[in-house]
Amino acid sequence: MALDSKIPQGPIADKWTNYKNHIDLVNPANKRNIDVIVVGTGLAGGSAAATLAELGYNVKAFCFQDSPRRAHSIAAQGGINAAKNYQGDGDSTYRLFYDTVKGGDYRSREANVYRLAEVSTNIIDQCVAQGVPFAREYGGLLDNRSFGGVLVSRTFYAAGQTGQQLLLGAYSAMNRQIGRGKIKMYNRHEMLDVVKVDGKARGIITRNLITGEIERHSAHAVVLGTGGYGNVFFLSTNAMGSNVTAAWKAHKRGAYFANPCYTQIHPTCIPVSGDHQSKLTLMSESLRNDGRIWVPKHMKDVEAIKAGTLKPKDLAESDRDYYLERRYPAFGNLVPRDVASRAAKERCDAGYGVNATGEAVFLDFASAIQRYGKEAAHVKGLNENDTALVTKLGQEIIKNKYGNLFQMYEKIVDQDPYNTPMMIYPAVHYTMGGIWVDYNLMTSVPGLYAIGEANFSDHGANRLGASALMQGLADGYFVLPYTIGDYLSDDIRTGPISTETKEFEEAEKEVRERIEFFVNNEGSHSVDYFHKKLGKIMWNKVGMSRNVQGLTEAISEIKALREEFWKDVRVPGTNEEFNEELAKAGRVADFLELGELFAKDALNREESCGGHFREDSVELDGEQKGEALRDDENYAYVAAWEYKGEPSDAVLHKEQLEFNDIELKQRSYK
Amino acid sequence: MSGILNSSIGRKFAMALSALFLMIFILQHFAINILSVISPDAFNEASHFMGTFWAVQYLLQPVLIIGVIFHFVMGFVLEIKNNKARAISYAKNNGAANSSWMSRNMIWSGGFILVFLVIHFIDFWIPEINTKYIVGDMSGTLPSGEFRYHEELVHKFKDLWRVALYCVGFVFLALHLLHGFNSAFQSVGANNKYTKGLKGFSKVYAIGVPAGFIFIAVFHFLNH
Amino acid sequence: MNLTLKIWRQKNASDKGKMVDYPISNISPDMSFLEMLDVLNNELIEKGEEPVSFDHDCREGICGSCSLYINGEAHGPDRLITTCQLHMRTFKDGETITIEPWRATAFPVIKDLVVDRTAFDRIQHAGGFISVNTSGNTIDANAIPVNKQDADDAFSAATCIGCGACVASCKNSSAMLFVGAKVSQFALLPQGQVEATDRVLNMVKQMDEEGFGNCTNTGACEVECPKGISLENIARMNTEFLKASLKG
Repeated sequence: MALDSKIPQGPIADKWTNYKNHIDLVNPANKRNIDVIVVGTGLAGGSAAATLAELGYNVKAFCFQDSPRRAHSIAAQGGINAAKNYQGDGDSTYRLFYDTVKGGDYRSREANVYRLAEVSTNIIDQCVAQGVPFAREYGGLLDNRSFGGVLVSRTFYAAGQTGQQLLLGAYSAMNRQIGRGKIKMYNRHEMLDVVKVDGKARGIITRNLITGEIERHSAHAVVLGTGGYGNVFFLSTNAMGSNVTAAWKAHKRGAYFANPCYTQIHPTCIPVSGDHQSKLTLMSESLRNDGRIWVPKHMKDVEAIKAGTLKPKDLAESDRDYYLERRYPAFGNLVPRDVASRAAKERCDAGYGVNATGEAVFLDFASAIQRYGKEAAHVKGLNENDTALVTKLGQEIIKNKYGNLFQMYEKIVDQDPYNTPMMIYPAVHYTMGGIWVDYNLMTSVPGLYAIGEANFSDHGANRLGASALMQGLADGYFVLPYTIGDYLSDDIRTGPISTETKEFEEAEKEVRERIEFFVNNEGSHSVDYFHKKLGKIMWNKVGMSRNVQGLTEAISEIKALREEFWKDVRVPGTNEEFNEELAKAGRVADFLELGELFAKDALNREESCGGHFREDSVELDGEQKGEALRDDENYAYVAAWEYKGEPSDAVLHKEQLEFNDIELKQRSYK
Repeated sequence: MSGILNSSIGRKFAMALSALFLMIFILQHFAINILSVISPDAFNEASHFMGTFWAVQYLLQPVLIIGVIFHFVMGFVLEIKNNKARAISYAKNNGAANSSWMSRNMIWSGGFILVFLVIHFIDFWIPEINTKYIVGDMSGTLPSGEFRYHEELVHKFKDLWRVALYCVGFVFLALHLLHGFNSAFQSVGANNKYTKGLKGFSKVYAIGVPAGFIFIAVFHFLNH
Repeated sequence: MNLTLKIWRQKNASDKGKMVDYPISNISPDMSFLEMLDVLNNELIEKGEEPVSFDHDCREGICGSCSLYINGEAHGPDRLITTCQLHMRTFKDGETITIEPWRATAFPVIKDLVVDRTAFDRIQHAGGFISVNTSGNTIDANAIPVNKQDADDAFSAATCIGCGACVASCKNSSAMLFVGAKVSQFALLPQGQVEATDRVLNMVKQMDEEGFGNCTNTGACEVECPKGISLENIARMNTEFLKASLKG
């Protein structure tokens, strides 16, 4: 099947408007006869469920957590971008569009990104109307800050808990519809398969995580807002429950999986402390507004710091290497995430890592504390040369801006970041890849949609900070509700979809068989044992820096691990109870397949772009020496993989990316 | 407005209002009693006025009694309801880590105050009612022609056991007020940046008034 | 570190349940509390026993999934954190740690340490929202300036993660801090004024129907709240409720 991205004709600025003017609509009376399933209740799924219900569709929403409010969007810290230009610093829809395409290293679809930038301003209006308490200035208007990879301040925020506030906004919109009976909410339900009838997605199979009951649910369309698959690395900033299962089942039922290798490694996370570690904690990118990243210039100082004989704050300025400021003077500490992460890895690989494992760099607030402290002293008419006073005032300001993050750091690491620099290291954070969708956000299976992080569309090979929240809400509130209507307009006479058909029966049978296998398998190792092994392979060979040999090894190692898993996994308990191990087993089984496709995709893409860095594709000389080298001639396409059984048999389909409004350039942040 | 007492906040509000009313009463009671130390004559005058003025006797007194009964009954009802809200209790609970002993034991301090009140009624209120409304002597005087109030008060506080009992009763009152005073204001919604001073005042009241009552009892015990 | 864990085990909602002792050794002080439980569970699974079920997800203190009443306190002895942020360095080598589920009639146990907190969701369904369509065609976000203090206070109230520690710590199992926080968030913002009367009445009604106890202002909730939500929010809700009752 050829990939049709269904991008509307016309100039880029008019595409979305023209599209909306010409699609088919479903009249309000008919919407009452149409059911839509939404899986996942994060920013994308939650906002979509609320909006679809508000439009009049009957929505069934599913989440594996005990409440929709707990979806992992809640953990997003820094903010949400919108081209409001409230600061008057030159922002515009075009500039947000341009920054996002450039930040994504020219591997995203122009039309989608433009639409995203266009609706971004509505998101802020919408959220304020919903009672989302964004940060404000003393005049009562909304405040902004800046994020990596851009030269304007367009990020709206609510302290370090923006994701939480936006999700609670979407959750409140859902609550209103649940209260009205327009959304039927299924908490603690996990989707285990998509059901296709006559080639169209018509339902799902779920497991009730409390009772173990396997249920059939039908609808006229199915929407997946099930997030990313970063947990394929075992250690990531994702929640423990974040998984690929829904997306992977969709893939197995015919949805192409696009660019699985595009993974964002976030530069500012708390470093790994030991083997017991279950997850990694992000320190918001917003910290890079005020924190300066460095390692010692000299190896003797690195060793002294590691040995504890030298305190980092006592090291002279001249003996520090502010490597981001050195290498990228234009953007400094605010280079995009992929660039910052690779630079940290480069220093640590060279031996300059500052903690016991050698995998940490400093994020230092001392100069920001002094700068803010002096400013505050000046404003209050106090002595600007009193260091103790200035430090105190400066710390108060930093506390106001990042208090919760500093507290979080102190609790985990047991060090006070107001007095000693934070230690940070990159960690897996977000997956730009995902289910392939067209302009309508429909997958290659008719009637099956993917929104938010679950799809691949808007961030190319690298996502800019504060853009995930924007995309999730844009898809759910403002894009999908239009595009799905165009599809559902054909379904107004279909009537309710029966679950008593052979398609549902077969899908349910497959789900049951797999569960039966797990609970009866007499293996010797827990699910986590395999998950950790998979994570190690992924991190070491398919992580921040990739090469042919490593990727080839990874593919065969994952395959072997998968075989071992199916022989030797042990799942205690039964299906008919609350059984977290059983749920995890299913998820890890899918990760073990995805991991291989991931490596295969990385092997196929013989270029470096965004989060995908191939050691064999770098600039060899000139000012950009050592920086990632894209190959636009051969790889300016979306790699969409079709399932054919084993991951190694997956078939590649290419969607060529066309850039009519932006010139492809070497991404320079120097 | 209807059914306000059926809601948790409504009941809480009613509890607070009755408490505020009782606290005003206690202050008034204290103001008159302290006169017994300063000036027996003034005490007699005030007592006679309170004991015979119609508005006090036929309006305030019934309201007060209803208020007291309401506060106690509601207190017990809430306690039962609250116990039901946690059918299985914790094997280990460290309440001291997050709340004061007083706040967690209002039912006990309140219960002891109830016991004390019963004794107090037997000591003073029932004889008073008997004299005035059953015997019908509204004069407020002894056969000698002097006011009887100060004399009766002093007489009661001759016994050590009674003084001790009253002191214990007032200690419980203090404990009850130490949480209750602030709590009542919180319940009616007065907890914001304008009411920070209230906390200090509540402590003064909760300790000062019961301590004053103790002083009066001990004073009469020692001086007569 | 070597520890003894006393853990509540209960097969399902209808099982009676009991405390069971588990010795555990080689615990690093740098582990989080839940990572310590992961170690226990892994040992149990490899021994062929049933692992201990507990709710958890984000493990960074924001999703509100994790609970646990540890040594007599919600989220353990440390302040302003959730159980997933509690680290083993808080405990002493050789200590016995008691771990129980949230106890409240409105939060029935599902299994072991997992409880059903959907009562909170139902309270939100009753009024935890502003009835505005999600069309995006509202007024400009900056059309109504909001006093910074009010915006900040609304935010502080809105940081509630719905974990239920307030209910678990309250001697009365009262949900007033949770509901007060939501009511306050909207009461402090101009956008929330339109429906203020119905919101507070409906949410309080649902709260009462769920079987939570009455607030007696002990303040335990505020102390144990991982997000430091202030009692002022309860006072504000009381005022809002009385205003609404007088109107309604």
